[in-house]
Amino acid sequence: MTVEVAKHRELGLTDAEFELIVEKLGREPNDVELAMFSLLWSEHCAYKHSRKLLRRLPTEGERVVMGPGENAGAVDVGGGYAVAFKVESHNHPSAVEPFQGAATGVGGILRDVFALGARPIAILDSLRFGELDSVRSRHLLDGAVRGIGHYGNSIGVATVGGEIYFEPPYEHNCLVNAMCVGLAKTEEMVRAAAAGVGNAVVLMGASTGRDGIGGASVLASAELGDGDDAKRPTVQIGDPFEESKVLECCLELLEKGLLVSLQDLGAAGLTSSAGEMASAGGVGIDIDVAKVPLREADMEPFEIMVSESQERMLAVVEPSRVDEVLAVCEKWQTESAEIGLVTDSGQVRVLRDGEVVGDMPVEALVDGCPLYDLEPAEPDGWIYGNRQTLDAGATAGETLLVLLASANVASKRWAFEQYDSVVGSRTVRRPESADAAVLQLPEAGNAIAVSIDGNGRRVACDPYAGTVEAVLECTQNLACVGAEPLGLTNCLNFGNPEKPAGAWQLDRAVSGLADACTALGVPVVGGNVSLYNEGPDGPIYPTPVVGLVGELPDPERTCGSAFTREGDAIALLGPFAPSLAGSELAKLRGELTMGLPRSDITAVAAACATVREAVRAGKLSSAHDVSDGGLACALAELAIAGGLGCRVDLTPLLDRGLSPDEVFFGEGRGGFVLSGERAALEALASANTVVLILGETGGEEIEIAAGEGSLSIGLAEAEKAWNDISRAIAL
Amino acid sequence: MIWGVLQFPGSCDERDALHACSLLGEARMIWHEERDLGSADAVVVPGGFSYGDYLRAGAIARFSPAMEAVAEFAAAGGPVLGICNGFQVLCEAGLLPGALLRNEDLRFVCRQVELIGSGEERLSIPAKHGEGRYWAPEEMLDELEAGGQVAYRYAPGHNPNGSARDIAGVRNESGNVLGLMPHPEHAVDPLTGSTDGLKVFEALAGARV
Repeated sequence: MTVEVAKHRELGLTDAEFELIVEKLGREPNDVELAMFSLLWSEHCAYKHSRKLLRRLPTEGERVVMGPGENAGAVDVGGGYAVAFKVESHNHPSAVEPFQGAATGVGGILRDVFALGARPIAILDSLRFGELDSVRSRHLLDGAVRGIGHYGNSIGVATVGGEIYFEPPYEHNCLVNAMCVGLAKTEEMVRAAAAGVGNAVVLMGASTGRDGIGGASVLASAELGDGDDAKRPTVQIGDPFEESKVLECCLELLEKGLLVSLQDLGAAGLTSSAGEMASAGGVGIDIDVAKVPLREADMEPFEIMVSESQERMLAVVEPSRVDEVLAVCEKWQTESAEIGLVTDSGQVRVLRDGEVVGDMPVEALVDGCPLYDLEPAEPDGWIYGNRQTLDAGATAGETLLVLLASANVASKRWAFEQYDSVVGSRTVRRPESADAAVLQLPEAGNAIAVSIDGNGRRVACDPYAGTVEAVLECTQNLACVGAEPLGLTNCLNFGNPEKPAGAWQLDRAVSGLADACTALGVPVVGGNVSLYNEGPDGPIYPTPVVGLVGELPDPERTCGSAFTREGDAIALLGPFAPSLAGSELAKLRGELTMGLPRSDITAVAAACATVREAVRAGKLSSAHDVSDGGLACALAELAIAGGLGCRVDLTPLLDRGLSPDEVFFGEGRGGFVLSGERAALEALASANTVVLILGETGGEEIEIAAGEGSLSIGLAEAEKAWNDISRAIAL
Repeated sequence: MIWGVLQFPGSCDERDALHACSLLGEARMIWHEERDLGSADAVVVPGGFSYGDYLRAGAIARFSPAMEAVAEFAAAGGPVLGICNGFQVLCEAGLLPGALLRNEDLRFVCRQVELIGSGEERLSIPAKHGEGRYWAPEEMLDELEAGGQVAYRYAPGHNPNGSARDIAGVRNESGNVLGLMPHPEHAVDPLTGSTDGLKVFEALAGARV
């Protein structure tokens, strides 16, 4: 008995959870069953500390085709087509082995999308690392970027956008979140529920090996610490060529109508895919491990059931179609085998050559894990450190150059040039040419825009307000290209939810996400939760990453984020009330504290609608939201991208009672910087939208006046600062 | 005119190439196991990572049945265009001179570049590859230049990979086989950035010898 106790604890189950398993089985589980329970009852698979909170999120809407619970969410984009999308984390594997961790993160999210029958058309990624002056951070960054590129480039799916932040709390626990967007004919999409007692279960793709055993439970559901090197074998190795074949094979199988249902094998491998398919379909499933194609002949049944070998898919097939399925697999040189059967037993049974080696009720295995209430408590103050790197006496001009050169604000060209952003012939706006990526959909007759955002530092200052901001930032980014949100996916990257402060951050952030989405009328169609992101120095910044997909009627009517025409008027539109709280400048000055002003969601939504319509009507030369580094950085980015200077006067903002620092560098949601004909910009003002003409484009200087304070820097100098990192990293 | 586009397991840009060809004529996909190119008047070997390219880019694809057919087609004077991985395959197959090495900075690069062909005109076309550094022995480079076999060069400041003498694309001695690293099939639509790529296809279409 003592040996058993040690074993379940080693696998991450509490004594109470083990007792519950014994109760549900009516006996003690054997090794195969214990391994399977420990995975499906892990935080990673069971969401046991987050599921109750997630019920707050709005998930329904007119355009929702598939919501949470499927492999990915999907929304109707018209013309008989749907867009499927999801963001998922691969944080812990990437912290241990960044190249393969990031590569397999991309591979996993691609499978989630094509499991629905959607062809992947775009990848975005959201990355967080420690500061660039750390050797560890540079190593993790280099590996993760190369890993994402390796997988996405090799499989021929365009990486069209993303974001990267560098903050000390991510030093030991980097974040690698990948989002995939796919396109499908709505009527040809397939669900993941097993159906049809007597149908065959077919495993397709790579053979099964000993890699990734226990990845979900051991690696992704506990804090990182010393000795993580020993966990390296739990990281999987990616093979994009294998995935490319499986992808084409699955899409051909679905096009020919040969599959009843399809599911990818991700965390917890066969255990979760078979269990979840059976659970969703209300059926039982038999898996014969002796029929699974193996890399090593002597694998134990439990190893086969929990292996996280990549590039595998599980399908349910009518018996009469099995031969046709295997033939398509052979065409694509994809290994495949009939390994099981859909039953009416309500049990997941694991067999080896007909001998039963595991037998568990589906309900207990998949849905039986206890869900926990959090015990949140607001921390007394700022629990993260402060590090001053900028002298408070710096002039406005000096400060702008430092901000433009700071890793968070600076151009990310050094990263996105390592990704194929054009394959697929859909990319109308490439990275950094607009606030959101724009992809044309000739088959549906329109286009979509996609953005991914989430500033963890601001969420740390106020988890509720910061998460609302993440949703608003995405919405603003979409408005800048003329797109209206259709649906949202999210990845909640947080620390240990069993600690009061971590629980508080998670609880408040989910409320912020729920309230923002409800107020905007945007359904949450899918997501992922990654907890226990902590290192020896404490938790990461709480980092909800939000991915938003929107629709625009005409890809020719979109807008970029570069000044394009000399003599254009420049306007600030929207309810912008800048503050230094949580800003990039406050970080550089070492002045971070708790607290963030609340955004007026309704007013921001009205501003977004105004900008969206102006873009669609072709009235703007450029549109850019005010974000990291404030108004001065937004203006500089527009000028640098367009190779065209500007002269603006921000005195009217001083008259609102703001300080020069707040006017230049303050942050907050709701502000848009627009350029175009002066009359057209002025006409955008309405009862609920403020428009302030700031100045005009022209010249080779960025000149910003603010009462007695003013700054003027040459375009070339600004461009150099903004691209310094690209030059340094590209060598 | 009928265009055939090869498709290997691991190809990435074959559907884009098929679309580009369809703007100029009829376009058909040719599966890598086909020994018959049908009635294709010109063949495109597209970009991607044929058979995974884990050994060396293009090293396995050159042995495919379809490539055997392409070699015969080229020998008979048929126009063949190799793009990116297709260029690598044609070099491996000995249908084009030289080799493609890993980029000078050892990183994949995706960037809009400007190319200079036979005239003064510059073409704006995206390049995206990890192994695109054109290399050949110095004497061979001299011969290629003297014989007019350098089809495209990167404009000054646009060489993304350290290619010898800024060479972006070369043709064979008889002129009917052309390979280049940048992707003309991704420059056929003003919405996605440029239509200059069509000129590359058009130039090849008239190259039957």
